[in-house]
Amino acid sequence: MDFTFTDDQLLFRDTIHNHLLLEATPELLRSIWETDSGRSDEAFRQFGELGLLALSITEDEGGLGCGDLDWVLMAEQVGYFGVPDSVLVTGCLGVAILNALHPDHPVRQAWIGRIAAGEARLAVGHPMDPLVPEASVASLLLLHHEGEVHAVPRDQVQLVANPSLDPMRRLSRVVWTPSDQTRVLDAVAGRAVWAQTLERGALMTAAQLVGLASRMMDLGVDYSANRKQFGKPIGCFQAVKHRMADIAVAVEFARPVLYRAAYALAHRLAQAPTFVSHARIAACEAAALAARNSIQVHGAMGYTWEVDLQIFMKRAWAIDAAFGDRGFHKQRIAAMLFADGAALGPGATFAPTV
Amino acid sequence: MHLDYTDAQRAFRAEVRDWLARHVPAQPLESFDTEAGFQQHRAWEATLNQGRWGMVTWPKALGGRGADLIEWLIFEEEYWRAGAPMRVNQNGIFLLGPTLMDYGTPEQKARFLPRMAAGQDIWAQGWSEPNAGSDMAAIRCKAIRKGDRYVLNGQKIWSTRAVWADWLFGLFRSDPESQRHHGLTFLLLPLNLPGITVRPIRQLNGLPGFAEIFFDDVEVPVENRLHDEGEGWSVAMSTAGFERGLMLRSPARFQRTAQSLVQLYQRHRESADRDPAIKEAVLQAWMRAEAYTLSTYRTASQLMKGGKIGPESSTNKIFWSELDQNMHETAMHILGARAELQPHAPDAGDVGAWLDGFLFSQAGPIYAGTNEIQRNIIAERMLGMPR
Repeated sequence: MDFTFTDDQLLFRDTIHNHLLLEATPELLRSIWETDSGRSDEAFRQFGELGLLALSITEDEGGLGCGDLDWVLMAEQVGYFGVPDSVLVTGCLGVAILNALHPDHPVRQAWIGRIAAGEARLAVGHPMDPLVPEASVASLLLLHHEGEVHAVPRDQVQLVANPSLDPMRRLSRVVWTPSDQTRVLDAVAGRAVWAQTLERGALMTAAQLVGLASRMMDLGVDYSANRKQFGKPIGCFQAVKHRMADIAVAVEFARPVLYRAAYALAHRLAQAPTFVSHARIAACEAAALAARNSIQVHGAMGYTWEVDLQIFMKRAWAIDAAFGDRGFHKQRIAAMLFADGAALGPGATFAPTV
Repeated sequence: MHLDYTDAQRAFRAEVRDWLARHVPAQPLESFDTEAGFQQHRAWEATLNQGRWGMVTWPKALGGRGADLIEWLIFEEEYWRAGAPMRVNQNGIFLLGPTLMDYGTPEQKARFLPRMAAGQDIWAQGWSEPNAGSDMAAIRCKAIRKGDRYVLNGQKIWSTRAVWADWLFGLFRSDPESQRHHGLTFLLLPLNLPGITVRPIRQLNGLPGFAEIFFDDVEVPVENRLHDEGEGWSVAMSTAGFERGLMLRSPARFQRTAQSLVQLYQRHRESADRDPAIKEAVLQAWMRAEAYTLSTYRTASQLMKGGKIGPESSTNKIFWSELDQNMHETAMHILGARAELQPHAPDAGDVGAWLDGFLFSQAGPIYAGTNEIQRNIIAERMLGMPR
């Protein structure tokens, strides 16, 4: 029993953290908002140089051969710094789908190297979500059709842009025609891949939400240290302190749930779907509380375009229902909890299911 | 990360389970807040100690097993799974015991720890005073040095188990000129000394679960002082720190309640589902009990790798106490019109211990440092907000 990450895992996390601290400032994010694509190709190539996009690529293909446990730490950083989720969609979800293809498959051969270098983005259109994030900036779209997986170059699809509350989110309705040429996995293999992608997408969404909650807390704490009323920083007042402390509690108890879910998915445990749903609910609640409490502490400034809180608050609101809304995830937990012979009670937490 | 037990940990669990199956009393004991119940629980502590299960984390030389924190969690899971009695000496073994090991002289350890382990001495704590509750540094109860004794005058209150306990540990002001957390001394004293008056206080359930204690020229020998004179605050903080953060409430307790709540809901699903909030609350109960368990395993793993427990441990107290309140509130809602019935009422049905637990859950956000104080600690020490 060891509920800790390895030093290597934490070191890589810290490397990405320090990189984003310098390279993903709120000013920079705002400048990217103003561009047509809403993406910086340079920033994406830097992720390639740091090795982040090769995290899930197999060692045989020159990658790092890591998985969900490593990605969950990265996704928290993506949330904390509010960077576009291209890196997660491409490096984590997209590569995992390509990994399901035969190593000699031409699509896999053609794209893995470009992805690792940060030269190509993927989009993933999961049956769970009506619109496809990243489609407008991706070179290759991984789309579903009756359980099958299709890999479709962007010049073969039509996109109908759907602007999001979060200026960083790029969502599209994708109009396309499936064909034998685009199909890369049949429905049998495809359904398993889409099921895995749902878990992975939900997990990475949860991780982003935990990172977002943590950032919104930090912004609230900073603001309350600088803003003075009644002759002192508003952070001196208990009413303000307690709002921030409540976020800390929610984040503190969402993290271990998140990490257990990542472990379960990485090790293909039977309970992984329940644990992922649990992580999603805990993370959604932490992020929603963080948004509510932090905007309150910011006062009227929190309602302005100027203050950076909006970057993180809007992301949290926007992705609350990505890869399954709360109802979907609660239903999955309830199905486990109320099943006959459910493993509950003291000692059941790490017990394998029968 | 490896979220599975080793063979040794599985064997340890099997050993605990086997012993408890053979020794846990078939009939629940009476409340330890009654005189008869108190003695029953004292006898149970002796039984546990004979099996060397009283304090699994204590060193073997002191009757423990030198267990690590994961083994402690396993023990607690089995203990709650077996429905074993509440620990009447928890103030002693979980709070004072580890503090004695850190700060006690060899003589003090030899004198107090084995008797504590055997349930021969049940300990009560003396922190709060009428004007020193959340503001513990406002302690005024005096212990003035006269030769080889301290002379105690003043009052303590909210002293849990003090009505029938044998010994008291607490903080006293040894320097009458001192302010706040300076000039305080940590003393250990028998509750039968001349000049001590223990006045029971009835709790919400009608039983005398705590007491106020009056000191009138009570003489305590100097050798009963833990650590140096005037250094009591730091000793008390260590008592309150690590153990409160991790060991005061093991997650198994709440997993057990969450499990019972799921079962209660399923038995009454038809009526319970008329209020959709109940199903949501049952889901939340499982999720949060699980989250608290995972968090404790994570903390235990980090500590075993040499990590230190920090101010984030204050989040624990808030989390479990509010969870406990929510779970019992939900049970009351499920039980509906029968929720108000005492367990012995002729028509109580399966009301069971929910009412008692509901009442006790109201104390959770108050004792061991109110949740408001915990939130201040989180804000100031974990988040660095201004005082």
